[in-house]
Amino acid sequence: MSMLANPTFVFYQFMNSISLGMNMFIIAAGLSLILGVLRVINFAHGAFFMFGAYVCLSVVTYLNEAAGSFWLGVVAAAVVLAAMALVVERGFLHYLYEREHLTQLLFTFAVVLIIGDLAKMIWGVDMYNVPYPYGLDGAVDFGFALYPIYPLVLSGIGVAVAVGMWLALSKTRWGRIIRAATQDREMLAALGMNVPMVYTGVFVIGSALAGIGGALAAPRVAVSPGMDATIIIECFIIVIIGGLGSLWGSFLGALAFGFVTMFGTVIFPDWELVLAYVMMLGILLWRPWGLFGQPEEDSH
Amino acid sequence: MAAEIVLETKDAFKSFEGFVAIRDVSIDLKEGEKHAIIGPNGAGKTTLFNLITGHLKMDHGSVHFGGHDITGTEPHQVVKLGLARSFQRINIYPRMTVFENVQVALIARDGRSFHMFSLGYNLNRDETGELLQLVGLHDTADEIAGELAYGKQKQLELAISLASQPRVLLLDEPTAGMSPAETVQAMELIKQITEARGLTLLFTEHDMGVVFGIADRISVLHHGELIFSGPPDHVREDPEVRRVYLGEDYKAEDHGAA
Amino acid sequence: MQAIPKRLLLGSALVLLLLALVPTLGSKYLVDLSTEIMIYVLFALSLNVLVGYSGNITFGHAAYFAIGGYTCAILLTTYGWPLIISFPAAVLLAGCAAAFVGYFCIKLTDIYFAMLTLAFGMLIWAIAFKWRPVTGGDDGFVGVDVPAFIGDRFSFFYFTLVVVGLSVALLWLICHSAFGRTLVAVRENRMRAGFVGVNTMRLRHAAFIVAGTFAGIAGALFGMYNHGVYVESAFWTESGQVLIMALLGGLYSFFGPALGAAVLYTLQVGINQYTEYWPIVLGVILLAILMFLPDGLIGLAQKIRTQFIRKA
Repeated sequence: MSMLANPTFVFYQFMNSISLGMNMFIIAAGLSLILGVLRVINFAHGAFFMFGAYVCLSVVTYLNEAAGSFWLGVVAAAVVLAAMALVVERGFLHYLYEREHLTQLLFTFAVVLIIGDLAKMIWGVDMYNVPYPYGLDGAVDFGFALYPIYPLVLSGIGVAVAVGMWLALSKTRWGRIIRAATQDREMLAALGMNVPMVYTGVFVIGSALAGIGGALAAPRVAVSPGMDATIIIECFIIVIIGGLGSLWGSFLGALAFGFVTMFGTVIFPDWELVLAYVMMLGILLWRPWGLFGQPEEDSH
Repeated sequence: MAAEIVLETKDAFKSFEGFVAIRDVSIDLKEGEKHAIIGPNGAGKTTLFNLITGHLKMDHGSVHFGGHDITGTEPHQVVKLGLARSFQRINIYPRMTVFENVQVALIARDGRSFHMFSLGYNLNRDETGELLQLVGLHDTADEIAGELAYGKQKQLELAISLASQPRVLLLDEPTAGMSPAETVQAMELIKQITEARGLTLLFTEHDMGVVFGIADRISVLHHGELIFSGPPDHVREDPEVRRVYLGEDYKAEDHGAA
Repeated sequence: MQAIPKRLLLGSALVLLLLALVPTLGSKYLVDLSTEIMIYVLFALSLNVLVGYSGNITFGHAAYFAIGGYTCAILLTTYGWPLIISFPAAVLLAGCAAAFVGYFCIKLTDIYFAMLTLAFGMLIWAIAFKWRPVTGGDDGFVGVDVPAFIGDRFSFFYFTLVVVGLSVALLWLICHSAFGRTLVAVRENRMRAGFVGVNTMRLRHAAFIVAGTFAGIAGALFGMYNHGVYVESAFWTESGQVLIMALLGGLYSFFGPALGAAVLYTLQVGINQYTEYWPIVLGVILLAILMFLPDGLIGLAQKIRTQFIRKA
């Protein structure tokens, strides 16, 4: 607790919170989008995240950690995951939209099981570490403290993604269609929109984001099986806090998650995960639909 | 002896994001009365029902039942007070049998919905049978409700609302979608039941034959406002009503008076 | 009037008799497997009160299983309390946890409900994980002090048979009672049920509590059987697995989940002997059920029977 009196330490945790938050945002944003438009809780989102990390790992290893290999890995993760998402959506999920929620949920769970083992088969069960990208393994001198470059870059990317998505959603035609889909899907079909294509598009983009988030996270976490099961819960917390389908909700939720986790480690070591849940509970008591969520139909 | 007012709304007001659906509607229902609410489509009839039964919250105004203010009461509590309702669009339990549809309502009426240790098979068997007999569905008791013909589903709707043993019955377009023969049947049934059980009836209808056949008072709703309320013969003469329904130049005869 | 169908009574008696004879076959393996299956059957049936009868998907059901397990184990071992107190206390705590969580979740609709039950389930996992001094953390709570009279596998088998048998009978009663019927009505048409006078929120809350309580019984049994309670049993993937069991058997019949649990558990044990890749097998099975067998095995059996009857 006394550590909090140390400004350097506080600075560190502050910056850590932001970079963790931004990394989580990139991942959670995709989930929130898919939830908002498709109304499907995509458990496989965590598996996609993990797969993205693995793909990046493979690319970097294959290219012997050459300059630029990391960013190539990120792109590869996006591409591979977009392809996977396409297969999953067009091949299976597509046919389940008319079915009950439970069917869709369990389907995504099946995807988790399959992808999880697939990853184990391809990469084994060892833990791997992806090195920081070339040139970004140093630190920035803030005068009173040093802070590693990579998390700063990550935060920047997170903000860029947020702004980019916000612009896309509010200024482009596709963005308007997607926003309309979050509000009223039946209306969309009535307006003659190609709803299946919108769904596929959203699912693919959201999943690609998960893959990118995974690749970007790779230098900072151990890449191993099982990372999918924990990340998905953290994403859920963020999305629940922020409200389904809300971009800024995910942004704030992710930041809140980052801060609670980082500072929680200091104040209640070992219990920081529980703190995130408690925060979620608190917010839900105040706003049952999340910070920016829309109340669902009357649930009487 | 003046009959007491058993249900009334006072200046009910409801708007949806700027669109005023119900504007200062004050309606009253006397004990034993059969009161019809008519009006063109979109006039707000179903919305008014939803406000009375608690499915929607009023922006201003109040609802009173048996002298008590029930504004804002939850629908399930409104039912317990003695107000039952049927719905315009079929609102049954499609995958349960006809028997079960009615039985659940009886179980709820008896306050046994939470009884975990009384076997469901036997509860209210006789009374369910009687109710089904009353609406003419006795021979379809074991059929799946969703597979019945439309007309029979409407009868089931009626049976379910009667099961709550209400004092006041709200029927939302009870003969909508029925053939002329079914309509006459339904009308007779409604008249019969309300007389036999001494029910007070508030209903909406498009079929004027049914309206004039049952109602002893008619209120007319237009664009969410009450423009007339009175006995059936007066409705036909009222210039405002004629204008709204029939257009300014229309001079035709009555519509299928009983 | 005979309210309980004769077929059911006869069938149950037969199953109980067969089960009672299992230990006489002399195979320790079979006795163990049967004990485990019985416990999972109870677990799956408890879940179905919520998913099948109440129509609410939950991905956090394993939490109550774990609470039952941990509480019973801890009370027996750390505090040395007798079984007669530990067991009911464990079940009670599981029920209370369900009451607490249910209170928050019940106010929400489907998707939010599922996510919140999942989050709560994981909260309980996190607590079990972190509370090392009490639960043993990720090493698990080992060395459960199982009372002597059920200390060996045969007597524990009979103990489980009795407890599970009674629990299933009770669950059957609850699901077929006035409460059960009303619950189904709420599932089928929540608005209409409200409009015949049912307080649908309280009803669904009650269902949540019932489900959690019986899961707690299963968990307490498992903790003792296993001589240890491990934190993995509270992880959301466990909730997913029991959901698959219920789905495999058939959600809309009472015994469906029991069948599903028996089949899936046996399959898991069998496949685990040949490969470590059970998850992918499970995933494919799940996919197959979802695409081709939406009504589960019971649904399939019913379809076959209708075909037969038509041909006859």
